[in-house]
Amino acid sequence: MRRIKSLSETLSSVLVTLFGLAVVTFMIGRVVPIDPTIAIVGDHAPPDVVAAARLQLGLDKPLPVQFLIYVQHLLHGDLGRSVMSSHPVTQDIAQYFPATVELATTAIIIAMLIGIPLGVLAAARQGSRFDQLVRVISLGGQSVPVFVLGLVALLVFYVKLGWAPGTGQQDVLFDGTVPRVTGMLVVDAALNGDWDATSDALAHLALPALVLAFFSLSTITRMTRAFMLDALGGEYIVTARAKGLSGTRILWRHGFGNIAVPLITVLALAYAGLLEGAVLTEVIFSWPGIGQYLTVSLLNADMNAVLGATLVIGAVYVGLNMLADLAYRLFDPRVR
Amino acid sequence: MLTRRTMLTTTAGTAAAIGLMPPGAASAWAKTPKNMVVMAKQIDDMVSLDPAESYEFTDNEVDANCYSKLIVPDTADPSKLVGDLAQSWDVSPDGLTVTFHLKSDKLFASGKAVTAEDAAYSLQRVIKLNKAPAFVIGQFGFTPDNVDSLITATDAHTLVVKLPALQATSFLLYCLSANVGGIVEKAVAEAHATNGDFGNAWLKTNSAGSGPYSLVSWVASDHIILNINPHFTPAPQMKRVAIRHVADPSAQLLLVQKGDVDIARDLTSDQLKSISGDKALHLISANQAAQMYIAMNEAVPQLAKPEVRQAIKWALGYDAIAQNITPDTWGVSQSFLPKGLPGTLNETPFKKDVTKAKALMAQAGLSGGFSVTMDYISHAPYSDIAQAIQADLAGIGIKLTLVPGEEKQVITKTRARTHQLALLEWFPDYFDPNSNAQGFCYDPDDTDASKVRVPAWRSHFADKTLSADVLAASKETDNAKRMAIYADMQHRFWDIAPFAFVLQKNDVATLRTGVNGLSLGALPDFTSYKGITKS
Repeated sequence: MRRIKSLSETLSSVLVTLFGLAVVTFMIGRVVPIDPTIAIVGDHAPPDVVAAARLQLGLDKPLPVQFLIYVQHLLHGDLGRSVMSSHPVTQDIAQYFPATVELATTAIIIAMLIGIPLGVLAAARQGSRFDQLVRVISLGGQSVPVFVLGLVALLVFYVKLGWAPGTGQQDVLFDGTVPRVTGMLVVDAALNGDWDATSDALAHLALPALVLAFFSLSTITRMTRAFMLDALGGEYIVTARAKGLSGTRILWRHGFGNIAVPLITVLALAYAGLLEGAVLTEVIFSWPGIGQYLTVSLLNADMNAVLGATLVIGAVYVGLNMLADLAYRLFDPRVR
Repeated sequence: MLTRRTMLTTTAGTAAAIGLMPPGAASAWAKTPKNMVVMAKQIDDMVSLDPAESYEFTDNEVDANCYSKLIVPDTADPSKLVGDLAQSWDVSPDGLTVTFHLKSDKLFASGKAVTAEDAAYSLQRVIKLNKAPAFVIGQFGFTPDNVDSLITATDAHTLVVKLPALQATSFLLYCLSANVGGIVEKAVAEAHATNGDFGNAWLKTNSAGSGPYSLVSWVASDHIILNINPHFTPAPQMKRVAIRHVADPSAQLLLVQKGDVDIARDLTSDQLKSISGDKALHLISANQAAQMYIAMNEAVPQLAKPEVRQAIKWALGYDAIAQNITPDTWGVSQSFLPKGLPGTLNETPFKKDVTKAKALMAQAGLSGGFSVTMDYISHAPYSDIAQAIQADLAGIGIKLTLVPGEEKQVITKTRARTHQLALLEWFPDYFDPNSNAQGFCYDPDDTDASKVRVPAWRSHFADKTLSADVLAASKETDNAKRMAIYADMQHRFWDIAPFAFVLQKNDVATLRTGVNGLSLGALPDFTSYKGITKS
């Protein structure tokens, strides 16, 4: 019963957050000093064409009425139509979001596989040269702007070494050859049994995923190290050592085992950050994801697309937070 | 111990190592097929491919390669018109009727012949849909009610266009040569029509034309794929054109250097300079009709004084801006008509003359200067140019506060007439002087209720003489007299207008060696892919 109550509390807080997000995004869309009709009819259009566009966007109605209509459409899953693509925004998001999920998921897996062991080992060897090196790497991830790292990565691995392909999600030869199933190109190409397209898509994914992973890696490593230092100072570790358990067993079973739960939150937030924060990486690598869609829509004052994409990203962020919260409750008996 | 010296040495060493690395010439990635051209371009301005709606640079460029028009400006001499679908055309003695005789061998991508019925339908739907570019044809008096009777097909190859009132024939012909004059296959458009939209929703993302290429796919801000129209003669060598959206010019440069794309379209001045010795690349360029200008709002008391406006024009270092900030990509241009457009005076009467500018400020009673703001688009090259203008105006005592903003934000402000100075860009809607003349000289009603809200209105520039001249020139059927009117207008404009025209764009494309035949021009719809070859 307590669990049901707790779950319903979480869900209602999520709903309130999403409603707040809808209000904020709508208001931002209406108060920005940009006439949204410019995106539809351009700068040179005569006043009657501009007036028709205002009518089409419903801008002739009072703001509260516009908001009610917006919420009404939202409840029916209608985010409006994008000016840029001429498609419903939901269709656009379904088109672009899987590419971001593909990139962010690959990046978070790489970041986890490298970042967690680095953090654990750095904590185990606190103060050593290895620990210092790990801290420098973490600092680099936090302080080097992603566009700089992206361009340097392209310069080194694409231009100089020729190890990686150029920008984009696939080679131009494969454009339109992979039937869309999930929207994630590597998966779709593999499902189609087209191994040339699969390896091409994987090759194109590698560099942006590594660049993006570097940023999450720094957070994950730093947090893992901090959690581990805290854990390794615990009395149960002293007890384990007194019992004569091996260093590896103490480190991974007793130390890491106890930090796994808080680490879930860090990973969920890092993943959410990647889903929403891949904007610059997507622009540098011409990756057709939600970040690029949002940027282009924003620069073109395509407000339906901006509101829709912001809302979806916000909802994903809230959803991942909720999942982390639930996972925390599931795995840590102290907070049940 | 990690010291600052170690870090600096390591960083410098890494940078040097990257610089010394040989390029990966043997890369397996950098290949494009022989019969396909791959282009890197910023295509995020694309909104609609329907010629009745298409209005942005990329839209018009792609349309020009998918649709034919009745007539087009001659690529060698754009001041002359040549037939595209039209074999010839006659003008009635009273100047009110133009009859087009269509070529009989032109085919749509579907294989069906292009008829006068298709042409009449295409022009009629422009007026009935009344989208943004409809005024280009609508300004001659065509309305949804009269267009069916004024634009008619008398047989399969004869199209008759009757004007409701007398207008200059060259004006009409140039407007029909604009992108909005693209001829759509009626049967295809009607097959996809919904709710009486003449197929507009479908044609936004599909093509139904008789140009050298037809659209295969367009994913907004990702790519555009065109395939050859198998019925187009002479057949283009490139069977497929792939345009990939690459937003970052640095990434475009890397791609073209590596051969992953054949053509890069948006390199900056600095990047163009950096590749000047690269034998793997070559450049082509053409004057584009886009111009950069400063709008001075006459609602600001100081800017309402003609002497101040002239002082600003004499204070600017035009050559220095063009040579130091925008070499290759923008050149000096001071007329409201860009170079290449019929009637343009290729003169640059203003040069930086601080003494003269200061004297004009003194005449205006403002020798102590004044403060004013200038809105500008916050990306290259506008930011650097805005700073140069700020320094130039400081030299005559004008304290300029720069207000950066996104392009549409700056446009919104000028449309609301709330700017003071604004650094803006403008391009003509069609290849006739009337387009810019109307934009910058015509303001018959300066009130907020005006239905002509062109740049002249936005800066409160309501000069009765110039407004009358715009109308007179648009109706003058003697072309020599018409051009003389535009010449007079340009002189008067230089003397009194609240606009300082500074630069004109030079469209530059970077091509791999062995890739040739891309044709650039004054307007986006002059860009042609059909001549592209690869060796």
